[in-house]
Amino acid sequence: MSDPKIEGFELKPGFKGMASDTGSDQTMFKGVHWGKAMMWIFLLSDTFVFSCFLISYMKGRASTPVEWPNPSEVFALDAFGVPVPLLLIAIMTFVLITSSGTMALAVKYGYEKNKKMCGWLVLATALGGLTFVGMQVFEWSKLIHEGVRPWGNPFGAAQFGSFFFMITGFHGFHVSIGVIFLFIYAYKVFAGHYENGGKRGWFTTMRGDYVEIEILGLYWHFVDLVWVFIFAFFYLW
Amino acid sequence: MSEEFNNKSGYQAQSSEVISGTSGTTSPDMDYVRPAENPEQDLYHGHTFLTKWVFCQDAKVIGVQYFLTAVFTGIVGLILSWLMRLQLGFPGLAGFMTAEHYYQFVTMHGMIMVVYFLTALFLGGFGNYLIPLMVGARDMVFPYVNMLSFWMFFVAVAVLMASFFVPGGPTGSGWTLYPPQAILEGTPGSGAGILLMLISLSLFVIGFTMGGLNYLITILQARTRGMTLMRMPLTIWGIFTATVLAMLAFPALLVSSIMMTLDKVLGTSFFMPTILKAGEVLEYGGGSPILFQHLFWFFGHPEVYIVALPAFGIVSDLISVHARKNIFGYRMMVWAIVGIGALSFFVWAHHMYVSGMNPWFGFFFASTTLIIAVPTAMKVYNWILTLWRGNIRINTVMLWCLGFIVTFVNGGITGIFLGNVSVDVPLSDTYFVVAHFHMVMGIAPLMVIMGAVYHWFPLVAGRMLHEGLGKWHFWITFLGAYSIYFPMHYLGFIGVPRRYFEMYDSPYMTSGVGLNEFISLAAFIVGAAQFILIYNIIKTLKTGKSAGKNPWKANSLEWHTSTVPPEHGNFGEKLPVVHRWAYDYSVPGAKEDFIPQTTPPSEVAHTEVEKT
Repeated sequence: MSDPKIEGFELKPGFKGMASDTGSDQTMFKGVHWGKAMMWIFLLSDTFVFSCFLISYMKGRASTPVEWPNPSEVFALDAFGVPVPLLLIAIMTFVLITSSGTMALAVKYGYEKNKKMCGWLVLATALGGLTFVGMQVFEWSKLIHEGVRPWGNPFGAAQFGSFFFMITGFHGFHVSIGVIFLFIYAYKVFAGHYENGGKRGWFTTMRGDYVEIEILGLYWHFVDLVWVFIFAFFYLW
Repeated sequence: MSEEFNNKSGYQAQSSEVISGTSGTTSPDMDYVRPAENPEQDLYHGHTFLTKWVFCQDAKVIGVQYFLTAVFTGIVGLILSWLMRLQLGFPGLAGFMTAEHYYQFVTMHGMIMVVYFLTALFLGGFGNYLIPLMVGARDMVFPYVNMLSFWMFFVAVAVLMASFFVPGGPTGSGWTLYPPQAILEGTPGSGAGILLMLISLSLFVIGFTMGGLNYLITILQARTRGMTLMRMPLTIWGIFTATVLAMLAFPALLVSSIMMTLDKVLGTSFFMPTILKAGEVLEYGGGSPILFQHLFWFFGHPEVYIVALPAFGIVSDLISVHARKNIFGYRMMVWAIVGIGALSFFVWAHHMYVSGMNPWFGFFFASTTLIIAVPTAMKVYNWILTLWRGNIRINTVMLWCLGFIVTFVNGGITGIFLGNVSVDVPLSDTYFVVAHFHMVMGIAPLMVIMGAVYHWFPLVAGRMLHEGLGKWHFWITFLGAYSIYFPMHYLGFIGVPRRYFEMYDSPYMTSGVGLNEFISLAAFIVGAAQFILIYNIIKTLKTGKSAGKNPWKANSLEWHTSTVPPEHGNFGEKLPVVHRWAYDYSVPGAKEDFIPQTTPPSEVAHTEVEKT
């Protein structure tokens, strides 16, 4: 996207530009949609939520007197009779990152007002997210089957199960919310709610615009990014 | 003012840059303000009773809803404090009260007052009402989300109040909810009580996040033409910075609430170490109670400033208006607010000096705590310097402001005592601490709230509150609050511990018995005096004298709306255009002693107006 044109205001590049934007009237982030700015600040707040979770996890793992279970054994999956460490997690990660790619393309086609491509790509993203949640359900049920519980497990420290279920559960909850909204937005794109000035929303009565796809995209990329950290801290540590 | 002063022209307030008033020339383009960036806001106007008054999307109605709900919880908190003082001053007089009840009252009083009363009142109440009006917006940027925010808060309050009626009653673990005792049997309300408290807190955080996003984006992205950040009233700066703190601090509260809920419901051991109970090992083991303390205070200390910063901002505006003088050092005040906000994230462990931390850790947190006194002291000096040689009007609003400065300085100084590890350790968990935080974040912000109510009531209701009743209200509250909390410092020094149901025959308590009775009597009177305000409001709504437009002759935009009280959309046909800051009072050369923010430069070219 190119820089927006602001009447009577010169947008300068770099630090100087940031200072002059901040010092100006009306808006601080020039040409940025209200909803987009809101999503960024919400994500900043959500970052603190996940940071608190992950720091608590590090503290819990560091201070428990019992040994921590070995992740490459606990999270291994049998493929053709051979236990492959992190196989499922690798597939899950691949699916989620791919869905981020389709989301980015959906944003591009949305701004080009290409209703069909945008709709299909949002739908593809939703399906990718759904696959991820499905695989997470499989992983949870496998672990529960092996005796891992929030209050204890046969492999080592009880906190392993507690933190694992809580943090992946909280992340999975984020993904699920995202999937629900992706399906709703796919419907809205196909139904043309973002075209010809926009149709008024069901609850908010505000007019729709393709910028909403980008706002949801920001959320979706964030959920991906959080997964990368969970992946690193839970499966690789 | 005296003749003598007027003759000394050298004393005139001088800023670094003054548009020189000597020439008085005007040019055609000096009033130019560049065109609007944002399109006209699309507003949903309710038509039925339900959409106009209940599920209303107008920020002003939402603000009043927040205000009333918060005041309701505040009255519950007040009654709880009465019951506690009854027990402390006159042990055994209230026959029904057991030690368990006392702990429950302490806990609920603390949590209600800090989170559900003060936070909701300042950010939800004043924030919603004032932000769109003061920055010149038609409404909050996401009115629907704003409406959801209030109703989420309402549900949170309902859940909290429900905990009074569940088996076992509300939680009695102290407002800090420290595990492991908070969720173990033996603590009152360790069953449903603590669970409802944690759920209510989580709902509060979710509701607040929805509101907070509105406040931030409205301030950053929906200001009117000409309204730069450095022309905003300090009220907005205070609320803005407090909201940023809340957005970053509440996550820690949410996470700790979720983890403790899981400890309680699922039997996880996030915060629960191995525990022996009556010789038997409980199922818990391997968790860290100190982790909870860190998470809680990472929220808890910024929370103090979430309450204090809006109070700082509001009181700056009130003092400036009622002393008819520009706020001294506006930019310094802004940077002090921002600096206090940033520092408040690096001081949390000063609440944990007695948790057995590494001495170097304590040293670090003592240093940061004392550093935070620097911007705070700057603010106090600036308030005093704003009053200095001002045209002070000793009305009710000004009395509350003066009361605030005194109590705040008092509470701040005892804060310096408690910020030092070596002084804190012996004073920890005594009445000295109780006196300190009630002075600094109980009474002081409350004084500002009262001042703000007397100041903005004419805007909200269109009628002036009765001055005489207001002065009675102030003097009883001010003198009474000092009678309550000043002796408490002494109780702390002689070692009376806080949160004790009864002192029995402790030797050091003999000199405190009379004091405790005195404090309790004062508390009853001060509490009752608050009903003067409620009476005043009801009476004013019926028979009060009409306020008209801009009764205080203030500059900021909320007094320059199309109608009083402002209707939905705030400013009628056209949004105001801002040409100056909100503090052009008593400008030399001006016809009147105030120049509203909307006055174009060409009209005041002959005056020595500040360049902002």
